[in-house]
Amino acid sequence: MENGKIIELQDIIKTYPMGRTTLTALDKVNLTFGQAEFAGLVGPSGSGKTTLLNIIGSLDVPTSGHAKVLGRDIGGLGHREAASLRNRHIGFIFQTFNLLPVYTAFENVEFPLLLLGMPAAARKKAVMDALAWVGLADRARSRPGQMSGGQNQRVAIARAVVKKPEIVLADEPTANLDAENSHKILDTMVQLNRDLKTTFVFATHDPKVIDHLRRKIVLVDGRVERDERQP
Amino acid sequence: MIIPKLSVRNILGAGTKTWLNAVVLSFAFVTIIWGQSLFRGIDEEASRAMIDMQVGGGQYWVESYDPLDPFSLEKAHAPLPPPLVAAVASGEATPILIVQATAYPEGRVLPVELRGIDPGQTVLTFPSASLSGRPDVVPALIGARMAKSAGLEKGDAVTVRWRDAKGTFDARDLVVVETFVTTLQTIDAGQIWVPLGSLREMAAMPGEATMAVVRQGFQPSFTVPGWMFRDLGFLKKDVDAFIKTKTIGMSIFYVILMFLALLAVFNTQVLAVFRRRREIGTMIALGMTRERVIGLFTLEGALQSFLAVLVGAIYGVPLLILFKAHGWRLPAGQADNFGLTIGNVLYPVYSVGLVVGTAALVFAATAIVSFLPARRIAKLKPTDALKGKLK
Repeated sequence: MENGKIIELQDIIKTYPMGRTTLTALDKVNLTFGQAEFAGLVGPSGSGKTTLLNIIGSLDVPTSGHAKVLGRDIGGLGHREAASLRNRHIGFIFQTFNLLPVYTAFENVEFPLLLLGMPAAARKKAVMDALAWVGLADRARSRPGQMSGGQNQRVAIARAVVKKPEIVLADEPTANLDAENSHKILDTMVQLNRDLKTTFVFATHDPKVIDHLRRKIVLVDGRVERDERQP
Repeated sequence: MIIPKLSVRNILGAGTKTWLNAVVLSFAFVTIIWGQSLFRGIDEEASRAMIDMQVGGGQYWVESYDPLDPFSLEKAHAPLPPPLVAAVASGEATPILIVQATAYPEGRVLPVELRGIDPGQTVLTFPSASLSGRPDVVPALIGARMAKSAGLEKGDAVTVRWRDAKGTFDARDLVVVETFVTTLQTIDAGQIWVPLGSLREMAAMPGEATMAVVRQGFQPSFTVPGWMFRDLGFLKKDVDAFIKTKTIGMSIFYVILMFLALLAVFNTQVLAVFRRRREIGTMIALGMTRERVIGLFTLEGALQSFLAVLVGAIYGVPLLILFKAHGWRLPAGQADNFGLTIGNVLYPVYSVGLVVGTAALVFAATAIVSFLPARRIAKLKPTDALKGKLK
């Protein structure tokens, strides 16, 4: 990492083959993110928000350009290294929660720690702490099907932050929630950002989320149109 | 240990689906053991009956004797040589004389073999004792099949005609003193058993025999000129070959059953891939490597077979024990049509090797068929998996 920049995106281009033509999802994107940022990629559907989030999260690689996350070149990572990066340093929050349906809330939150090989006692404490952060310590034994959408998303947030990652990537985290739950979720994330110094990067077009962002990056047709920081 | 832990968590978490799969797989598992044990039982029964009632521990044959050639019987007799006389005297062997003859039951002509056996012999479990105690007649003992085909019953007289050692035709009435039921067609159909002494006298072959059956466990330490020793391997060769043929047939059945069971597991696993692709994408996004995903799904499949063994044990053990106790009664006439020595009631024979081997085979095979869709999962791009795509 140079100059405290934990994410560096340089001339990122991402194209997809579409029959005989190619679709350009990202077009020469240059961005950097520092520690404890609370930033959002904002724009309409198809503007490249999720694609950029996937590249930062090492779930995808750019067609050209350089993406460095915590000093690692995403394009040069093997699948094991990418998995390790995601497991150790990046938390994901998805629009549809993506909780493992047969697991309880506790087991869902525990999952990344199991992959890390954390000892059982430390794991249990970390999981219960994470559930307490999101106000769901009493629902540890509930399965996703037994909880509301807002509760499920809070479990997903607990899962993303339980290992105290440097980066949390949230793709439309409030899209399936009502206003009240959206605000609760956002307040939780703001607090976690403040307490844990975790960098949050959102992909969103939800005004409620945008209102909470301290940095707003507007994407249009795969290009950064504006990069605005709140004072 | 994370993969086993997650596998157990996943399959137990899936609840009813898991148990349904286990039940289906257990049917195949129990059926395979049942089928294999039944054939093992038939095999053992055929061998046991043949050894106990017919071949004993082996047989000395007059060199010219060929059981497949009735014409060889004319010359297939000779005086018992001294070593065999000694073995007979010590109860280690019993001589049998075979003479080709013709019977005339109810005016019909029936080619038969007259077989002379010592009524007091104890080498075979053959019911020869019933031939003693009737000095007034030449007693005859016939099997149930022979009785049925000749229309004879206990107490009936039947005329037989034969050629003696000098080539002279002679005839006499025999009295059926007993009929016996046996699974061995080779000592029943077309055969009339008479006392050895009577047959020797009738055929003018004093002190002669066609063969001498030795007691089980008897180790022949002598060779006899003009006689050859046929061991159990030789005498059971045809039966063993037949059992082998039947076993191959059973193996095909075994493979088909196994295939169907594995198809169910494979189908389940493929469906699981489709159903759980987003879940798989989530696991990959959370940092699970491809190898671990493959391991997880492969182990999940293998654990299904482990559960199938447990489920199968719950109903299979009492069922198989019951089956062992009561056997499987064949419909009337089926036993004789089987082409092999089998009883009217079949009893299975189980072994630890059969159960453990079948369980291991099911376990390994389910692991393999689970591996195949799992390998495909591992090739998914995480972004596609998260969207639920399956390319």
